[in-house]
Amino acid sequence: MTFKEALKVKDFVITAELSPPKGIDLEAVLKKADLLKGKVDGVNATDNQVAVLHLSSVAFCALLKQKGLDPILQMNCRDRNALAMEADLLGAYALGIRNVLAITGDYPKKSLHHVVKPVFDIDSVQLIKLIKDMNKGIDFAGEPLVGAPSFTVGGVVNPGADPIEGQLVKLKKKIDAGAEFIQTQIVYDIDGFKKFKDLTKDIKVKMLLGILPIRSVKMIKAIQNIPGVHLPKKLIERIEKAKDPVREGIEISAEIISGLKGYIDGVHFMTLNNVESIPDILSRI
Amino acid sequence: MIITEKKEYKKILESLKGMDSIYVVGCGRCATSCSTGGEEQVFDIIAKLKKDSKKIAGSYIIEAPCDERLVAKFSRAEKSKIDKADALLVLGCGAGVQTVSDVIKLPAYPALESVFLGKTKTLGRFYELCVMCGDCALEETGGICPVARCSKHLLNGPCGGSHKGKCEVDENLDCAWYLIFERLKELKQFDRIKKYMKPKDYSKAIRPRKVELR
Repeated sequence: MTFKEALKVKDFVITAELSPPKGIDLEAVLKKADLLKGKVDGVNATDNQVAVLHLSSVAFCALLKQKGLDPILQMNCRDRNALAMEADLLGAYALGIRNVLAITGDYPKKSLHHVVKPVFDIDSVQLIKLIKDMNKGIDFAGEPLVGAPSFTVGGVVNPGADPIEGQLVKLKKKIDAGAEFIQTQIVYDIDGFKKFKDLTKDIKVKMLLGILPIRSVKMIKAIQNIPGVHLPKKLIERIEKAKDPVREGIEISAEIISGLKGYIDGVHFMTLNNVESIPDILSRI
Repeated sequence: MIITEKKEYKKILESLKGMDSIYVVGCGRCATSCSTGGEEQVFDIIAKLKKDSKKIAGSYIIEAPCDERLVAKFSRAEKSKIDKADALLVLGCGAGVQTVSDVIKLPAYPALESVFLGKTKTLGRFYELCVMCGDCALEETGGICPVARCSKHLLNGPCGGSHKGKCEVDENLDCAWYLIFERLKELKQFDRIKKYMKPKDYSKAIRPRKVELR
């Protein structure tokens, strides 16, 4: 079943992200991809995430496709102008890539590539519209394409943003532009997410909950630095006290998903390529 | 106003390598207001250059070094002194340096960095407000420009990095979209924010730009 079909027919859709390497040695990450076979409905390929150099997300998606997985091409607005985006999208389609996740992209200030020129020619809402227009056979200039793609396009939202109204307005714009699924920023705060869901009752497309299993005490600080991600004190204490923080992180992830059943249409795992934990989590929900 | 900052003196000195006699030009408008190219700064740099064994052919504060007419007038009035100079050092913005360089057939070097177009809040505190995109949409955003004031120039709302009114790029930086939302609420125009904003038309900003009314 493709990711598109899963969005249509499944009550609970599962996706996971994989990051391509910073270099050409793909062996390790492709082994990880093998572990996802039959476990997830789609695999996101990150696109120079946190503005750190990685192998091209388009190329990586094509490799995932060869593995029999259904890739979701992440495309940020930071690294390409609209023309380059269109070219990459057409190329991606030709390589069998059928799903795209439109994202803004982190500013490169904190990256080792901080001297590069951030593009931000169009924003994530405009990118969703661009892809939907391409599906209709029209390019960014309003001119016809020679053969139209048929992408399933999604967007992201940060349910923990404070204040939330900016995210709500933008989410509505993404849906109006044609987003067919939403993957959220990572969530640890069950009650906080329930409140967010109350505010987004009018959103009819599938919303997949972002899950990052915590693996160590060291990870806690990094997570706390992510804007809009609230890590409840109780969870921090559990990781700090745990003999096996990895196992505890898996338990916590399963509890969050279970605690939000009925509020979510699925999950999106962002495991920093530690995809081994995914079957474990899924078996506990 | 064009906001300028002083260039590192070491770099200025390096650019003047091999030049013995320097004519120093200040700016009577923006750079004076920024305290980067007014009288005091001209005297200050002259003292430094002298200390580094440079001869000073002369100095002058042109009311607006970016106005070719004023630069031409200046060049006629100061001709005898300028003729003795090997180079001009301009304490003005990039437009000032280039206008001086166009009029006077001597190398003209910048003593300042041109940083942005913005407002003066208080003495010595300047903030960027406009990128001069040629495609203004301030009427939609409560008079706060997301192109200039959002690090990512986002047109349809904040990114996920906006937190408690601050920007992910720098926690001391206001999120432009937070400001826009608050302003539109104050103005009772919040509905404007729900409108889809089209991509910018960058064909309106093909460089170099010009306005020729006659």
